[in-house]
Amino acid sequence: MTKADFKPWNRAAGRLLKGAALSLALLSAGTGLAQAQGKTLKWGAAREIASLDPYSFGETFTLAVLNHVYEGLVRYTGDLKIEPALAESWETVSPTVWRFKLRPGVKFHNGNAFTADDVVASLARVTHETSPLKGNLPAYKSSRKIDDLTVEIEVNGPYPLLLNDLTNIYIFDKEWMEANNASLPTDSGKGIKGFATDNANGTGPFSVESRRADSRTVFVANPGWWDKPQHNISRIEFLPISAASTRVAALLSGEIDFTNVAPLQDLPRLSASPDVKVLQTNELRTVIFALNLKNTLFESDIKDKNPLQDKRVREALYRAIDIDAVQRRAMRGLSRNTGALIAPAIPGYTPAQDERLPFDLDGAKKLLTEAGYPNGFSFQMNCQSDGLVNEEEFCQAVAAMWSRAGLKPNLSLGPRSQQTPKRVRGEFDVISFGWANEPMIDAYSILIQVMRSKSGSGGVFNWGDWGRADIDALIDKAGVELDSAKRIPMMSEALMIAKREHLFIPLHQQPMAWAMRSSVAETVQASDNKPRLWLTRMK
Amino acid sequence: MLVFLVKRLMNAAGVMLAVAFLAFMIFRFVGDPVELMLNEQASQAQRDELRIRLGLDRSFLLQFATFVGNAVRGDFGISYRNQQDVFTLIAERFPATFELVLVATFLSLAVGLPLGVYTAIRRDSFLAKLLQFVSVLGVSLPSFALGILFILVFSVTLQWLPAFGRGEIVMLGGWSTGFLTPSGRLALILPGVTLSLFQITLVMRLVRAEMLETMRTDFIRFARARGLPDRSVHVRHALRNCLMPVITVTGLQIGNLIAFALVTETVFQWPGMGLLFVQAVTFVDIPVMAAYLIVVSFIFVSLNTVVDLLYAIVDPRLREDAISGAANAR
Repeated sequence: MTKADFKPWNRAAGRLLKGAALSLALLSAGTGLAQAQGKTLKWGAAREIASLDPYSFGETFTLAVLNHVYEGLVRYTGDLKIEPALAESWETVSPTVWRFKLRPGVKFHNGNAFTADDVVASLARVTHETSPLKGNLPAYKSSRKIDDLTVEIEVNGPYPLLLNDLTNIYIFDKEWMEANNASLPTDSGKGIKGFATDNANGTGPFSVESRRADSRTVFVANPGWWDKPQHNISRIEFLPISAASTRVAALLSGEIDFTNVAPLQDLPRLSASPDVKVLQTNELRTVIFALNLKNTLFESDIKDKNPLQDKRVREALYRAIDIDAVQRRAMRGLSRNTGALIAPAIPGYTPAQDERLPFDLDGAKKLLTEAGYPNGFSFQMNCQSDGLVNEEEFCQAVAAMWSRAGLKPNLSLGPRSQQTPKRVRGEFDVISFGWANEPMIDAYSILIQVMRSKSGSGGVFNWGDWGRADIDALIDKAGVELDSAKRIPMMSEALMIAKREHLFIPLHQQPMAWAMRSSVAETVQASDNKPRLWLTRMK
Repeated sequence: MLVFLVKRLMNAAGVMLAVAFLAFMIFRFVGDPVELMLNEQASQAQRDELRIRLGLDRSFLLQFATFVGNAVRGDFGISYRNQQDVFTLIAERFPATFELVLVATFLSLAVGLPLGVYTAIRRDSFLAKLLQFVSVLGVSLPSFALGILFILVFSVTLQWLPAFGRGEIVMLGGWSTGFLTPSGRLALILPGVTLSLFQITLVMRLVRAEMLETMRTDFIRFARARGLPDRSVHVRHALRNCLMPVITVTGLQIGNLIAFALVTETVFQWPGMGLLFVQAVTFVDIPVMAAYLIVVSFIFVSLNTVVDLLYAIVDPRLREDAISGAANAR
């Protein structure tokens, strides 16, 4: 495959994303350009990053922040298309070998030149057995240097998503790692800490000036960045403020310029302030209810069989949900109701998937009677208090709606850290579940990780035995299909089967909100909810 | 005295062991750190492997024994989330919490003592009654609500004080201090006042009660009979005799303040030990939680010991008791 073959797929992603990426120009261009450098942006975040080492903790937010310092071979643009970054071009020499031409003249922050050795050493580090990010490069087999600016990566088998995976694999400087004994990732098990935890040396638009955990991490613009900067920021102060009300107060008082987590309940107040602008859209994360489809229910008055295995019962659950009421009451009118299991921006989505079954309480009751449960049945519902956006509220709302249909949902609420182990053990009948398809931004993510029957590497999140042979076959076929014109329809078909069978009950794409003061002229808000301050301009 | 100290040290070790034991029993219910450490794309094999590497597959007794064995050698492990040495992590945060507690304690004495004396002497005046009423509010208002109120008034509306953080700090050796910079001192005000408010009312009510009691004693009447001025009677005679319980309570409350600071630190994003602990709970960072509980229980036990010793030094009667008590134990 050549580079040109990727275009349709990128175009598909771009087309579906129309409207998701929001670019704001609050100022006439003249004033913005007339201002010279010297701007400081104070970024109030909802939590601290795990460390300065992107390979130390598998967390999307930490990776998003560190993307200002470190870069991968490829990257996402503001509207989530893949574009060249440290690699200039690529081709597949065989179905399992990819050759990357690296960008010449790129320098790390410490002045070292970026070469093929750095790529090979970084890939070895991220795929080392103690690296928590090993799973982000599932198909990786080996890599080798061809010449200073050419690298070959070999994968286990034909694998269409290598570029998507590489957007989040950041490149370290080999000499720097060796000089500081940081060639291997840190290992919590053995209690080994590393130099890269407190120090950073990337190729990105910003370099780390200083860091005090939970207080302030300062990034300064990298004057030698290989790309032409679109930003005019000379300094970013990253300030974690975990208490939501304090973060809002800090924004109102001007102590921070920008936050990537504006609490939904404070949006009206923030919008009312003349100095603050709220950016609100919907995330890639789609929220669904997943069901226990094993042979018995976990906690129920029906002991001998599982009513949820009956399609009519699942349809009754679906029809009993008044999604507009959920949106209005639980989500403050900010969620996007969906019939699909993935967001419109994800390749694999089709508008046909997005049609919801209408809210129909009588129909739901009739379906339950037909299935032989005229008086309903009891089941356990596992929701988290600190997981998804307003999860407690929408779970309570839906539980009430199901009660109205004659069912007896028994709602179990608890913090994510406590509910997750129960979910993993399959101790639930219904769970609220959110999936963003990050970092690969492709429906293959939810298909292989959630919907696939448990197998060697697939179905890690298939906690309720909801796998089906016909869906599995499509997933496995899509997993080795390199031609996206064939691959994406396979994924759509698998998703349509799940939809027709009501394997899951879709709810909405959850809302996300950023807020910024008038000191920030424009930024790019993509639906992956990652701030890209190198695309941000200040007044 | 030495025997007393040795006994206290053994006591401390016992308490810390018990705290660690209870902590490890609870850790089995706080959740699974592995699910938070790996992201959505990790496979089941990778999850299992990490769980085994962290030793989470073993029984809690075994995990507890390993922890104690390592802790005795001074090795508390590294944080799952920050990948940093746990003891360094806590040592870095301790100055922030300590300075906050210091300010709160100073405020509680500086404000609480005079108010207590005033409300005792002029207990029928309108102001004293008002103070009594406000102090009830101070005891009953939760500190997070108070903190948010302060932020709204002084940061958002008046814009006098920062809403969060420690401002600029200066490093003195391994100790970070905010006392030496203007922004550091400003940043201390809101969290310091928030943390101290409960403390102020406590000291005020304590001093008032003690003063009222002392004022009724004979020697105050004699002092008055000698024609001493009111000022001298109130301060040199009455107040001095009230100070003993105030010292005790203030000393013991420092431990409580360190624990209470957790809430205040979260509201003001104060980078102290409490904030670290809250974050550790969110991410099921077992090494940090265990070490924090150990450190806090150590602080509690040592404060108790110091207060007992001070008491013995200040009050000769107690010194005799302590020595004879220790002798009996021998």
